[in-house]
Amino acid sequence: MNVLTFIHAFFSDGSHWHGYDGIPTRLTEHLHYSLQALAIAAVIGLPIGLITGHYGRGGNAIALVATGSRALPTFGLLVLMVMWLGFGLGPVMIPLVVLAVPPILVTTYEAVRSVDPSPVDAARGMGMPESRILLQVELPGALPLILGGLRSAAIQIVSTATIAAYVGLGGIGRYIIDGLYQRNYEKVVGGATLVAVLALVTLGVFWAVARVAVSPGVRRSG
Amino acid sequence: MIRIDSVTKRYPDGTVAVDRLSLEIPDRSITVLVGPSGCGKTTTLRMINRMVEPSEGTITLDGVDISRQPVNSLRRSMGYVIQNAGLFQHRTIVDNIATVPRLLGQSKARSRARARELMERVGLDVSLAKRYPYQLSGGQQQRVGVARALAADPPVLLMDEPFSAVDPIVRKGLQEELLRIQEELGKTIVFVTHDIDEAIRLGTMVAVLRTGGRLAQFAPPAELLSSPADAFVEDFLGADRGIRRLSFFPAQALELKKTPIVAVDSTAEQIAARTTPETPYLLVTGLDGRPLGWSEPEDLVAGDIDVARLLPYGRPFAYGTDSLRAALDGAVLSPTGWAVAVDDAGRAVGVVSQQAVGEAIRAAHAKGLTAAKVAG
Amino acid sequence: MNDFLHIPSDLQNTYSGLIVLHLREALIPVLAGLVVSLPLAQLCVRFRWLYPPVLWSTTVLYAIPSLAFFVVLIDYTGMSETTVMIPLSVYSLVVLVPAIVDAVRSVPQETLDAATAMGFGPVRRYLQVQLPIAVPTIIAGLRVATASSISLVSVGMLIGNQGALGNLLHDANIYNRPVYAVNSVVTTAVLAILVDAALVLTRVLLTPWMPRGTGRAGRKTSGDRADAAVPALEESAR
Repeated sequence: MNVLTFIHAFFSDGSHWHGYDGIPTRLTEHLHYSLQALAIAAVIGLPIGLITGHYGRGGNAIALVATGSRALPTFGLLVLMVMWLGFGLGPVMIPLVVLAVPPILVTTYEAVRSVDPSPVDAARGMGMPESRILLQVELPGALPLILGGLRSAAIQIVSTATIAAYVGLGGIGRYIIDGLYQRNYEKVVGGATLVAVLALVTLGVFWAVARVAVSPGVRRSG
Repeated sequence: MIRIDSVTKRYPDGTVAVDRLSLEIPDRSITVLVGPSGCGKTTTLRMINRMVEPSEGTITLDGVDISRQPVNSLRRSMGYVIQNAGLFQHRTIVDNIATVPRLLGQSKARSRARARELMERVGLDVSLAKRYPYQLSGGQQQRVGVARALAADPPVLLMDEPFSAVDPIVRKGLQEELLRIQEELGKTIVFVTHDIDEAIRLGTMVAVLRTGGRLAQFAPPAELLSSPADAFVEDFLGADRGIRRLSFFPAQALELKKTPIVAVDSTAEQIAARTTPETPYLLVTGLDGRPLGWSEPEDLVAGDIDVARLLPYGRPFAYGTDSLRAALDGAVLSPTGWAVAVDDAGRAVGVVSQQAVGEAIRAAHAKGLTAAKVAG
Repeated sequence: MNDFLHIPSDLQNTYSGLIVLHLREALIPVLAGLVVSLPLAQLCVRFRWLYPPVLWSTTVLYAIPSLAFFVVLIDYTGMSETTVMIPLSVYSLVVLVPAIVDAVRSVPQETLDAATAMGFGPVRRYLQVQLPIAVPTIIAGLRVATASSISLVSVGMLIGNQGALGNLLHDANIYNRPVYAVNSVVTTAVLAILVDAALVLTRVLLTPWMPRGTGRAGRKTSGDRADAAVPALEESAR
């Protein structure tokens, strides 16, 4: 398997482990882009999804926004943004956020809607204010699905943040783009492996967050 | 007192769920709203805590129009129990019960102490406090629902088909528990059900609603059974309302015969002494006084009574607490046509024939005797 | 407008030619993914132990950036359309397998028992009962897969102009004409929306038993079940 040979060669090469083009630097850059994009997408998607889900309105608008955002080609959007806004982190964030908002928004909306209506009815009947119903009854029940939406957004971002390298930024994409131009497949495969590992780590992190944040009452009954 | 004054609920699509309904719900008693599906009983209940706002008419609580009260404080002053309990699955049992006290700003420790107290009150083991709802049976969850509704000690309890989703045996236990709790606490309870038997069992007053949200009859259960207002109510009560009405007459009205009872170790003289012309059978009891079965006197050989050959005695009724309905049931179930009356300990205290039960029913009807509720 | 539709001559193609090419490069992989995922999903339903490892490996595959995938394949299939289409097929597969597994599994056991009791054999039962009931969820999966596929074709531009409409992005850069990029992005997005609409229409036609119209009713009665299924897909697939 020459892919395995490439992987071995890439990771055993000492020069890949330090300096501005070293794995630690590129990994940090990649994490930085990814976390920033995820945070922006979450700040947009979570509140809108929670509120529309709570009131059960705007489902069609959300489906429309999601379809529209999914239709926008990420790579094309990146090139366009760079041409319009110039080089920098901003033009990279826009396509990543457009990519990540639909899964967060749609899953959050559907997660809140799919919460068992009877505890919500009971809470309202007990005189709980709407904000508390949303945050203390619906959110805990919807949390596993919401985390799932965030997780799929995070994995897509981690994978796609490689495009930052195309517009001169760093991140793991650097290895892939440089490898392509230098016809250095070792770098490409090494970069791809790093992204895959990062994706697995992301899965692990979300699993751990779910263990801590989701009430055992929800986890076992759901 | 909750007063519902010509209230109508009309939905935007034109359906009328409740139509000019007026009811006066007495304090410290159970008022049951009963009717077929689509009769607006749940809508009526939900208008009392403003989960649904009436289109016309007013509802007053102790003379104050509820629509003028802040909605959340109104709801916090009324316990609310729904069909599937509606427990918060992410919270432990004790925290579920403590919800309203916490909403009212009480400390966590105090709310939890109160919650534990209520668990005992509704018959839940306190060891369940730290469990999550999914670890409880349906009946236990429903008890938690009732405890949660009682947590802030509200004067009013609204119950929307609370026992419909559990099996009949559990339901009977929950109903008995509710009557017991009510005896202790004396809440004003509004109870919605589609089950007329449940309504008759629990209600101090029963409001029968018909499809389209109109009141068909509002009366105490015994009156409902004896004089249904119209064909709809009669039909809704079912075919055997005459029999069911007997639940309101205590079995104590019966005159028991104590002679034809012999213990299993009786001598020939004792058997002869207890044989009378008007009782063709003798009831054989064990040494503890509990009934064993019937026999014809000539089949009994003193000192050698074969228990296995005795005729079954059907279902005995408790003389002190059961109703004429149970006595009649016992007489019908017994192959000899005689019912066995027992005391609290299950010892036979007398026997009574179908004819005697029939006479007692006639007498009770004649007197119009409607004693307070009798169990069973 | 003419300027907008102008295609630089180095691409050696017309506007409509690029559209056809783009659709071909995007849709053949989805079709291939569907063809492979149907039996694979059925295997996962049949042998339950197979599903978790399949789900894990597909998640890892899905995380591999398309560009890296393309580059690795150049060694085998050269700078060709095939090189673009193989990774896209894999991504489609990754989205579709969990969708189909979940859909087929969600057919109520009573329905299956009823079918068996009426004398359906396993194959007939699959084709005439399970698959039709799974159609809405499968189409929801196809919607996610096609949208992603149409978007990703553009990345093929980086491996020797195999990105169809994406190639305009390259020209936008070298000629410094943003209008080419706008054309690429807008046309790709419109294509994605049209294909999406076609899939929704297909679902409506294939599932006449489902409530029409949009879900304006209350909770859990949402008419557009397929949309409701999408987050579940995104949840499990990615």
